[in-house]
Amino acid sequence: MKKNIFYLILLLFFTFIFTVFYKGLDKPNFYTPKEVNNKNFEEFTSFELFSNKQFDSQDIIENNKFTLVNIWSSWCVPCRQEHSVLMNLSKKTDLNIVGLNYKDKKNNAIKFLKELGNPFSKILIDPDGIISISLGAYGVPETFLLNNKSKIIKKYIGPLTENNISEIIKIIK
Amino acid sequence: MIRLIKFISLILFLILSLQKLSNANNNSLSVDKISKNLRCLICQGQSVYDSQSDFAISMKILIDNKIKEGKSEKQIYDYLKNQYGEWIVYDPEFNKKNLILWAFPLILFIFGGLLIYRKVFIN
Amino acid sequence: MISSHIGYYSLILGFVISVSLLFYSIFCLKKKNQNINQNIFSLLFMQFFTVVISFISLVYSFVISDFSNATVYNNSHSTKPIFYKITGTWGNHEGSLLLWLLVLTLFILLFIIFSKKQPTKYRILSIFFQQIIILGFFLFLLLTSNPFNFLFPIPNEGLGLNPILQDPALAIHPPILYLGYVGSSIIFSASLASLVQNNVNREWAQHIKKWILAAWFFLTIGILLGSIWAYYELGWGGFWFWDPVENVSLMPWLCLTALLHTTLVLEKRNLLKSWTLILSISTFTFSMIGTFLVRSGILNSVHTFANDPERGIFILLFLFSLIILSIILFFIYDSKENDSQKNFFLISKETSVLINNWFMIYFLSVVLIGTTYPIFLEVIANEKISIGPPFFNKLLIPFLAPFLIFMAVGPELNWIKNNFKKIEYSRIVLFFIFLYISFYIINKTSSEILFTSILGGASLYLLFTTTYEFLKKKQNIRQTISHFGFGLFILSILFNSLFSKEFSANMKIGEELIFEKEKIKFLKVTTFDEQNFKSVVANFKITDEKKNIVSLYPEIRIYNQPNILTSEADIISTIFFDKFITINLLKGDETFNVRYQIKPFMIWIWLSVCLISYGGLLSLFKRN
Repeated sequence: MKKNIFYLILLLFFTFIFTVFYKGLDKPNFYTPKEVNNKNFEEFTSFELFSNKQFDSQDIIENNKFTLVNIWSSWCVPCRQEHSVLMNLSKKTDLNIVGLNYKDKKNNAIKFLKELGNPFSKILIDPDGIISISLGAYGVPETFLLNNKSKIIKKYIGPLTENNISEIIKIIK
Repeated sequence: MIRLIKFISLILFLILSLQKLSNANNNSLSVDKISKNLRCLICQGQSVYDSQSDFAISMKILIDNKIKEGKSEKQIYDYLKNQYGEWIVYDPEFNKKNLILWAFPLILFIFGGLLIYRKVFIN
Repeated sequence: MISSHIGYYSLILGFVISVSLLFYSIFCLKKKNQNINQNIFSLLFMQFFTVVISFISLVYSFVISDFSNATVYNNSHSTKPIFYKITGTWGNHEGSLLLWLLVLTLFILLFIIFSKKQPTKYRILSIFFQQIIILGFFLFLLLTSNPFNFLFPIPNEGLGLNPILQDPALAIHPPILYLGYVGSSIIFSASLASLVQNNVNREWAQHIKKWILAAWFFLTIGILLGSIWAYYELGWGGFWFWDPVENVSLMPWLCLTALLHTTLVLEKRNLLKSWTLILSISTFTFSMIGTFLVRSGILNSVHTFANDPERGIFILLFLFSLIILSIILFFIYDSKENDSQKNFFLISKETSVLINNWFMIYFLSVVLIGTTYPIFLEVIANEKISIGPPFFNKLLIPFLAPFLIFMAVGPELNWIKNNFKKIEYSRIVLFFIFLYISFYIINKTSSEILFTSILGGASLYLLFTTTYEFLKKKQNIRQTISHFGFGLFILSILFNSLFSKEFSANMKIGEELIFEKEKIKFLKVTTFDEQNFKSVVANFKITDEKKNIVSLYPEIRIYNQPNILTSEADIISTIFFDKFITINLLKGDETFNVRYQIKPFMIWIWLSVCLISYGGLLSLFKRN
């Protein structure tokens, strides 16, 4: 009798393992950091692309009801596609769009904006990429929608789509 | 009886040594040491130390800055875990959800020891 | 085109033969024949032959760059050198599975040839169980991973082989690893057969030991080759990363080593029968678990193959069928006889084998839980964590020191019972002498002095004991060589990790930096074109304090198809240390990121593993 119970437990144990592995197959094995909404946007100081003046992110955010911070680079291919979407957004609304230029050369960034337009009210630079890391970003492009208290309302990883834009427009109304 | 005591003390020694090893910090705090313990978010099979992706390069500069600011190793790991989740550090924590992870091999070891004890000492 | 057809139909034929073998073996079992039917032997040979034909057809398709074959298209390119066209055949999921089948069918054929002294029914049953495995793999190949799928219209060019795989090691690492990894299948089948036939005894132990040794030898060398390849190719200077794919090859190895020791007890004393069977079955089970983990895409790793959940489901089902089958057979056939009520004496060789198994299973459980826990956590709690070197080091290293000491003491004990006299005291003194020597050496570094000294002391103790035994020629020399090798292995790793030095900086051409009393000068850069990549070679001159000059040439390769950049290290190996250098391109300027490492005792790490396996090889060829 003891032997039977032991084997039964053994079978149940392996069935459990089987089920876990089976379910595990559906999970993506690539990790994306969880979208932590309602976290606070970390303050940073940087230089403006054109004027070279130093700005504090807090000042910019506090003075606007909503701010959209877009991390971009001239060498990033999806950023080119996203740029027209941003241009539309800047024309349709009066949302304060701030650019964070990631690991880029000033000349290339300026050329990019000349070619595709400038939707940004201000562009701060992140030459080493460490400001982006302190914000919790890890790639380009990434976009944050903030309120005036620096709370992150929405975070978008990857280029912005039309759907994202509609969502943003709804929120800022 | 004496044998049992010797046996248990062997096991206790091993467990205590584990504690010592995990608590002790190496004196040198270096970017290399910390980045070897972090996973790269872009090339997810590599550590930040090994990876040459933009993220990894920026990360190394960030760690360097934090060390210069005087932050301890634990503070740096906590900061990064807060930003990116526990996944980013290769060293799993000692908390409730990782309990089975740490305990399973040790419990198995003690169980094996008991089996041997039975085989050898009990007639 | 034709070769793909030949390959495919050959596989179908092989599949048909394997099905018939499955039924025919049952049929032969029922007959009262004394000798194995000649037909079975012919069928086994034909089965193997069809797989060989299939394999050669695939190789041929690669060589002629036949892009109508989907596998060739996905993994090859016409500008690839011929050597990599051939070896690239098994550098992908489908081709490597064909290699699996090749080894599976080869081993059962060899088994029948070399097991003539064993009882007939046992041999036939072994065929039956092996055929279940072979059938499973035929189905897996034909249903989900066909190497002979057609593409139409025929592409002009293939997608190319990952440059990291374009290395001579690709020619030897997978085949040798598979001989061990897949070869453990025969141990599985033979053990199930032995269980059913109830002939788990001394004679069987003597016979199965040869197969265990063979699989173990190839698995050890296979893992070694993988480590060496990772060391020089991946440019990081490390040789073991506790990466899931590496762990997956280590688990069967730990199980197989434990099994090897248990078989000794079975052979000499006819004890530990059930446990031997359990270990035999577990070894191949771990091989299958490993196959599942790396081919289903469930884990994230630098070197996983296919990422196809459908394939994952098949392997999972197959794996669990094998486990359920084994459990059921055990339930039915494990006789009370196998449970020995005999006790072991504390100081005896049997007990030291038990202690060996105790530690081995512990090590195995650490590797297992460390590799699979993230899956459980994700499914159950929907959280992702990472488990890497710190976890494994913390749980494994403390247990190594006692393990080494047991390894030094165990082989000297007698079977059944050892009457110990005054040997004790000299041993303890000896251990403390080594502890002190170790402490003295390690004191120069700043690490955990207590721990590493104990570990160093224990390895030195083992080294001393085994050398002493070797010289006195009292014990089993083969075993002494392997144990000596293991002591050397741990000691080399210890000193390597303590005394390695690394340097990382961005340098321009012409720059010279100083590191640890050495001058590192970046002389120049030359570029030239190879068959399928452009090469950028840097010239470095390292001058040490004794004015010895060493030149190193790290390289960056820019491949055309696929368009990937790789960094090739240049390594100079001497008996005492390796000098290891890599360069990486930085965005923009003429600056390169240079990583230079001095790694002591690397050669000893490789040599010690060779020693470990050499002992096993000698045992394999020992005349009974």
